[in-house]
Amino acid sequence: MGESNILAIITTKNMRDKVGGGIPIFYADTQEEMEEISSLLARITLAMVHDLENGIKIIVRH
Amino acid sequence: MFEYSRMFLLSLLLGFTVRAFMLKIDYRQFPSYPHSYAIHLTLGAIAAALGALVIPVLLEKEFIAVTFITIAAQQFRDIRSMERESLARVEKTELIPRGEAYIEGIAKLFEARNYLALISSFAASLFYYYFNWLASIIGGSIVAYILHWFMKGPTVGDIAEVQIVDIAFKGKSIGIDEVIMMNIGEEEALETWNKEGVGLKIIPKDENARATLANLGQRQAILHDLAILMGIKLDQGLQHFSPLARLNIDNGTLNIIFIPQEPDEIFIKKAVERIPVLESSQRKPLKDKIGRKAAD
Repeated sequence: MGESNILAIITTKNMRDKVGGGIPIFYADTQEEMEEISSLLARITLAMVHDLENGIKIIVRH
Repeated sequence: MFEYSRMFLLSLLLGFTVRAFMLKIDYRQFPSYPHSYAIHLTLGAIAAALGALVIPVLLEKEFIAVTFITIAAQQFRDIRSMERESLARVEKTELIPRGEAYIEGIAKLFEARNYLALISSFAASLFYYYFNWLASIIGGSIVAYILHWFMKGPTVGDIAEVQIVDIAFKGKSIGIDEVIMMNIGEEEALETWNKEGVGLKIIPKDENARATLANLGQRQAILHDLAILMGIKLDQGLQHFSPLARLNIDNGTLNIIFIPQEPDEIFIKKAVERIPVLESSQRKPLKDKIGRKAAD
């Protein structure tokens, strides 16, 4: 049971004012791109994608 | 040959056989490489030799030799730390770690088994002294069997009922019944869980079992053994396929979700039922008056 860290945020451009902070934020144009970016990032960072179900996905390493 | 050679050799052999036999039956807990067998058989033989020496030493009135036994006890304690250390080292390389509680249990077990070998060979030499060689073999084996029988702890099947259930999907979250266990952000992963995921409910039979199943070490041990026995679809970088064990805090049911390689429901159920209850995670609130009254 280690600590979990948010490594990145993936969202679409129209959600700009909902995200922020000191972590990398990736803006996608479409839902498909978002899906693509998030799963790539998860593989690259050996982490996992979570969906906040409001159009924002986060990459978390558990 | 010296005076007590027959007694000594017979008891030594019996103790050694007992140790070897016990190595064989714990296949599930043992990372079965031949070198470990060599280590444990050798140490088992030493333990048996010590047990076999007690009677001849007493007969010769060499009481000072008892100090050897204390050295032996020290030696066997080292076995525990040796096992613990080596298992803890390989822990990082396990996809599903055993967890510290399980490692501790295994280490303790290996130490205890040497004592069992020692006691069995001591019993064998005692029977040899009072009766004959046949009684020694039979008596020693019976003692070993009884000891081994006493050492057997309960299994998950003894303290709980296991049910195979469907995984519940709520939006991007999955779980069992109303317990949400994991949030998955990838459509593909959700589909895989939908197609291949298996849900398990481990329902405790009483308050004791409830407290035991809530232990994190016990849960980790269940996941580890389950993954080994049924195979698991998981790799580094595929964290979204990690098996999870979460408690339903309202009724103490332990919910497990995982993606098996062998989706054979009957055997999954059997596998879980056979997983040992860890010594260190056993809780018995019902043994106490207050616990009993509170449970009413």
